Amino acid sequence: MSDARKVLIDPLVDNNPVTLQVLGICSALAVTTSLLPALLMCVALTSVTALSTATISSIRNHIPNNIRIIVHMTIIASFVIVVDQLLRAYAFETSKQLSVFVGLIITNCIVLGRAEAFAMKNGVVLSFIDGLGNGLGYSAILILVAIVRELFGAGSLLGYPILPLVSNGGWYEANGLMLLPPSAFFIIGLLIWGIRGWKRKQAEHPDYRIHEVHRTEVL
Amino acid sequence: MSDDDTTTPKRSRDSISNTLIVAISISLVCSILVASAAILLKPRQLQNEEEYRQRIILDVAGLYEPGGDIAALYSSIEESSTELASGEQAPVYLVMDGERLEQVILPIEGAGLWAMMYGFLAVENDGNTVRGLRFYAHGETPGLGDQIDKPAWRAQWQGKKLFAPGGAPQITIVKGSAADDSNYEIDGLAGATLTARGVTNLVHHWISDQGYGPYLKELNDNE
Repeated sequence: MSDARKVLIDPLVDNNPVTLQVLGICSALAVTTSLLPALLMCVALTSVTALSTATISSIRNHIPNNIRIIVHMTIIASFVIVVDQLLRAYAFETSKQLSVFVGLIITNCIVLGRAEAFAMKNGVVLSFIDGLGNGLGYSAILILVAIVRELFGAGSLLGYPILPLVSNGGWYEANGLMLLPPSAFFIIGLLIWGIRGWKRKQAEHPDYRIHEVHRTEVL
Repeated sequence: MSDDDTTTPKRSRDSISNTLIVAISISLVCSILVASAAILLKPRQLQNEEEYRQRIILDVAGLYEPGGDIAALYSSIEESSTELASGEQAPVYLVMDGERLEQVILPIEGAGLWAMMYGFLAVENDGNTVRGLRFYAHGETPGLGDQIDKPAWRAQWQGKKLFAPGGAPQITIVKGSAADDSNYEIDGLAGATLTARGVTNLVHHWISDQGYGPYLKELNDNE
């Protein structure tokens, strides 16, 4: 498998930023109540990650070591603002639903993490692909969570009714918990469980084992 | 990635002069990028905001047709203003039927559960009968408080009366279902009691003497 391919495919499952590294959880809880804002958020985050890692990589040999994080943040923040402005101009109503969460991409650990861990040590093209891959890995989880939440919380997908709701004369009683942030925790938790059950390598070893207490020691 | 790649430029790139050069040029390039994006996209964003506001006003008045030309529909609405008890000028939007006033649309705002809610209340020319209520910006809980956006719930407001016969604000969102024959009760929202209370409070405020109360009474007297 070529380097580029590996860098692109790896973050989808094997090194997923959400389920393995447990990054970007805040926005994964906030924007997944329905599918449309989640999709828009995925596009926004993926483009910001890819563009900023490519930019940072292109000047990586000039960035002074002691201000490198500030330089990363400046570049990331600029792309976030540009993306936010674009959304407000071309996807006005959905961007209203996303409200502050597009701006908060600046603080998303995935973006800064890739800049610091990958883009500072690799070429422009590879860094761009890495940003893209990690953005897509984040997107995959967000989309899964959003599908579950919108389908069971509101009986619809992208606003089209799938399960007819009781309140509209159907049979499905919407699950209100799905629309609240804790449900995203549960879904992401179950996903992590599932993925680590399937890919045993990802399971972490316990830091310590509970010691078996013998009766004589209790005294 | 080999080591000599970083060691050669390392000394010079950590120097104070290089630090300053990089910091200043990054700031410059980024600020130009951000500023040009903001300026170039501004006209489109303002147009979006304005179109959205007009659409909400049309919708609350029951004049919105999906796919219709918003600007053309909106041209039938007259923008006017009235003086509040505090001396401030407050905007009102008049829908005319020829020479006769058909309904007025009042901008209203107030605290919900999490944040301020901004919306419009459309009232018929008797200054008492509701045509519609709709919020265009709020921060209520998705799925619970944001049921105030649901068309089915909003539809109930139409035909309800704001004031009791004595002139006191009477319209209320009750807990559970509204009485069938009531002119003043709106169904409660399951799981959104505090949002509903916020809506009741802000409507009462804006139709009271501090709000548009005197203006609405004047309409009633003229009728």
